[in-house]
Parts: sequence; C-alpha cells; structure tokens
Amino acid sequence: MARYLLGRIGQAMAVLAVTFTAAFLLLQVLPGDAIMIKFMSPEMGLSADQIAEIRAAYGADLPIWEQYLRTVANFLTGNFGYSIQAGVPVSQQLATNLPPTLLLASLGFIVAVILTVALASLSNMTGMGWLRSALQSLPSLFISVPVFWLGIMLIQIFSFQLGLVSVISPGPVERLILPVATLAIPISAPLAQILMRNIDEVLTQPFVAVACAKGASRGWVLWRHVARNAVLPTLTIAGVLFGELLAGAVVTEAVYGLNGLGGLTYQAVGNHDTAVLQAIVVVSALAFVTINLIVDLLYPVLDPRLSRKIGATA
Amino acid sequence: MSSRETSDGDLVAVDPGEALRPSWLGRLKRVPASLALAWAIVAIVLLWAALPQLFTGYSGTEGVPGEQLRAPSLEHVLGTDGLGRDVYARIVYGARYSLTGAFVAVTVGLLIGTLLGLVAGSRDGWTDAVIMRVVDSLLAVPSLLLSLSIIVLLGFGTINVAIAVGAVAVARFARLARSEVMKVRRSEYVEAAFGSGGTFWAVLLRHILPNSLTSVIALAALQFGSAILAISTLGFLGYGAPPPTPEWGLLIAEGRNYLSRAWWLTAAPGIVVVFVVLSADRISKAIQKTAP
Repeated sequence: MARYLLGRIGQAMAVLAVTFTAAFLLLQVLPGDAIMIKFMSPEMGLSADQIAEIRAAYGADLPIWEQYLRTVANFLTGNFGYSIQAGVPVSQQLATNLPPTLLLASLGFIVAVILTVALASLSNMTGMGWLRSALQSLPSLFISVPVFWLGIMLIQIFSFQLGLVSVISPGPVERLILPVATLAIPISAPLAQILMRNIDEVLTQPFVAVACAKGASRGWVLWRHVARNAVLPTLTIAGVLFGELLAGAVVTEAVYGLNGLGGLTYQAVGNHDTAVLQAIVVVSALAFVTINLIVDLLYPVLDPRLSRKIGATA
Repeated sequence: MSSRETSDGDLVAVDPGEALRPSWLGRLKRVPASLALAWAIVAIVLLWAALPQLFTGYSGTEGVPGEQLRAPSLEHVLGTDGLGRDVYARIVYGARYSLTGAFVAVTVGLLIGTLLGLVAGSRDGWTDAVIMRVVDSLLAVPSLLLSLSIIVLLGFGTINVAIAVGAVAVARFARLARSEVMKVRRSEYVEAAFGSGGTFWAVLLRHILPNSLTSVIALAALQFGSAILAISTLGFLGYGAPPPTPEWGLLIAEGRNYLSRAWWLTAAPGIVVVFVVLSADRISKAIQKTAP
C-alpha cells in the first residue's frame, strides 16, 4: 500500500514537472517577447536603452536555463511573475479573478449533478419506452452543443423572447441564472452518460435480482441497492469534469461578459500575456493532478474490494 | 421452358453461402435510420465544402445593399445578416473552413498520437514511461487552455487553430494506440511473427496496426466532431480566421450583435454545428460496434 501511495504521488509530481516545463517552453521561450510587443509600440515613445532596462527588470535578458530555474523557484514560493499588460503580480490577478469563477463553477457543478440524477432516475423509473430512450439520448445531444452557442440561445430565449431574465442591470442572483445553466448542461452530459451506463451494469447483478425477488419496488431497488454501487465509478471522471468546468467557465464568461478566470484567460491570449497564461495552465494542471490523486487514494477507502486488490499486487 | 432452364442454371451457379449472406441492398436496409441520417448529413456538409456554388446562388462574403436583416423567407431561407448577406450561403461557404480545420486537427492528432502510442506500447521501460508522462501532462491541462497556449505560440488563423485543436487529440490517440498494442503484443500470432524473424516495424505494420485500425477510426470520427466544436469555439472567441470569413463560430459571434432583432443569425449556424457533431458521434459509435 505504501509503495502504491508513493508511486502514485511520484507519478503526479512527474506529470506536474512535465506540464510546467512544457508550458514554460511553449509560452515563455518560443513566442514573441511580450515585453517587446507592449513597449516597442511607437505610442510608448521609449528608447532602446529604456526597453533594455525593462527587459532586465523582468529577467528577460537572462539565458533560458537561468530564466527556467528562476521561474521554478518563483512558482514554488507562490510568485507567478508579473502580468506584462496589467503591470501587477499574476498572483494578485488570480486572487481577484478566482472567486467569481469558483462561484460560477461550483453552482454549475451542483446544478449539473441535480440534472444528472434527475435524468438517470427518470429514465430508469419511467415505464414508457419512448420517454426512456429520449432521456437516454439527451446526454449525447448536450455534448454536441457548443457551449457559447448554448449561452447565446439561452439569452435569446429567456431574455429576449420570453422576457423572463432581465439583461439590463439584473440582480445578483438573476445575473447568475443563465451562466450557471450554460455551464451545467454540458457538464451534466458526461456525468449522465457514465451514471446511466453504471446503473445498467449494476442492474444485471445477481443481488438486484434477489432484491426484486424479495418483492422490492423498482424505486426501492434503484435507491437502496443500485444507486450506491453506480455512483462510485462516476468519481473517476472528477478530474476530467474539472477541466470541462474550467473550459466551460472561460467560454461562459466570454459570452456573458463576466469577470473571472475565464475573462483573464481571454485577455491574456489577446495580449500575449504569457506569464498570466502560464500561471493559469500550471495552476489548473495542479488542480487536475491533485483531484485525480485524491480520487485514486480515496477510491479504495470507499470501495473496500479495491483496497484488497491493490494490497495483493503492491 | 427455356427460361425455366436458365433460372435453374442460375440456382446452380449460386454459391451456397450466398443465400445466408444478405445482399448489398438487404444489408443497406438494415442500417438504422439514425445512422443513415448521420451519413447523409456528413455527405451534404462535405459537398458544401467541395462545391458550395452548387447549393446557393448567393455569395458567401458579399452582401446585397438594402437587403439587411431580412427574416427567413422563400428568397432567403435562413434570412440575411446586418450587411445583407444570405445566412444560408454563408453557412454553406463556411463548411470548407470548419471541415478543413477539423480534418487537419484529426490528422495531426492521429499521426502524432498513434505513432507515440505505438512506440510507447511496443517498448518497455523508460521510453514507455517518458512518453506516457508527456501524454498524461497533455491530459492534465484542460483542452481549451492547451489550445489557447498553442495559439499564443503560433498566432491566430484557421490552420493554427486546427493545429492547436489537433494537439489536444494527440494524447487521446496515443492512449488508444498504446492500449491496442498492449492488447495484441502478447498474443500468439504476434509472438509467432517475431519468432519467424519479423522486425519490430514489420510486425507493427503487418499485424499490430491492422488489428487496432477499427478503434482508431472510430476515435477519429469522434474527434472529428469534437474538433468541429473546438474550432467553432475558438472562432467564436476570435482566434480563427478574421471576418468576413464565414467560419461557423465567427458567424455566431457576429450574430450576437443582433440578438434582439435577428434570432436566425445565431440560431442557424449553431444548429448546423450541433447536427454535424451529433452525426460524427453517431458514426463513431457505429464503427466502434464493428470492432473485433
């Protein structure tokens, strides 16, 4: 078990190190110099000496390996560098932009879970075949809808056609309704697909037949016997879902003009603000790796059958 | 009498297995309606991309003055935009950008990813570990962020966006190819091929690759759909081709300015994207079913 634990943590660290290095190479070394792009523009009216001075202040004149080591050391101490466009520390930008995105993402996730459970239980409870197959094909439809278009359509329908949600100076809650829905619908799709598949798998198990034979109703069997066995494997895609949530937030914030991590990413790409982008990439990779590590370590605890298997192989 | 003889002769000539094997037409009839529809949609969109002028008399980029923001009618089936351009014509001409982009993206992902996966699966130890950690780290970054990072490096434009989307697919193809290799490399016929003197690359090409082809093609179809989605998203954000290119994501972005007045500007291109992506998904599932 200890060997499994150490191996798993080592693997996570390796992935992080590779991601960090790749992001550094991709964003800091290869592209055009963000400092040059900003300060070379004629309106700034800076002399060559002044630009060289600014480059030295950002550490851009050092050899690549020295820049790399400095960036590693800085990231390890929580210093993500400076945003070249905004001129403030990236960590400060993250601190102001993270909370609204976290709020949006967690609300979106909660709504997605509710939607998933509703879809899965409805499709398994209904006796009508056509409704069942309609509900089961909904997730594939949700996955095929572009998130940005969904957002625009929701504004179109609920704000302009039906006039239900105000677009001009909405209240704090009203402002969030459509973005949360936009984010939740695509997130619910992979969740619902996995949950439905798991429910179908568990339904074929002998213990379900026994429960049915004892006279349990369909609802009782689903909630008491099937649900807890079917929900667990859904955990394995938690990491993937996190990535979807973050990407969904970028697009949703762009559609609704919200400020947050998504808005920050969008601006950073437009301005070639590579320091900001690198911090966002590394932080999200860190979150992804941590979530997957926690799921992997938690899984044997939640499902004792697995810990026996791991104990046997390690 | 003579005709009877020939029909008898025909019966003799028939291969005894033929009666059990359904005819070409019979097999076609057994294709589910949803799959047939999916293929039809893909065929139409491919034709749009190849020969747009056959499908519309209007220009994809030039507007007609005085025809601005017309609602869908017989003359303009999907209405016109703020510059008097026919929306249906713009969607038809835009197919080329979305499909070429998706094709480039899938090709990049397929070639690089499959090669990485094949090598990783065939070599033990360090090579496998290094390649798979690189693949893991590609998967650790949300796909949109990975694409954006590559766009920052390469710059904006249709092909750059396609490459950025393809990079996301590399990891998925690599994983699939590796698992397929792992599945067959210990099988007896592969061992036999090595035993009878086959070199690594020969065995890979002759035995391992053909056996994993179905799954790879199924993934390619699926990735084709995701690539169209991703390309339209990046086009919407403004990183793809510049206006007045009728790229689908860009069409939706432009229509956004007329949300309260012209719903057809955003609704129509979005519905086309949804149908194409759904079709790719459906076809991918059908191909996967035929896998051994």
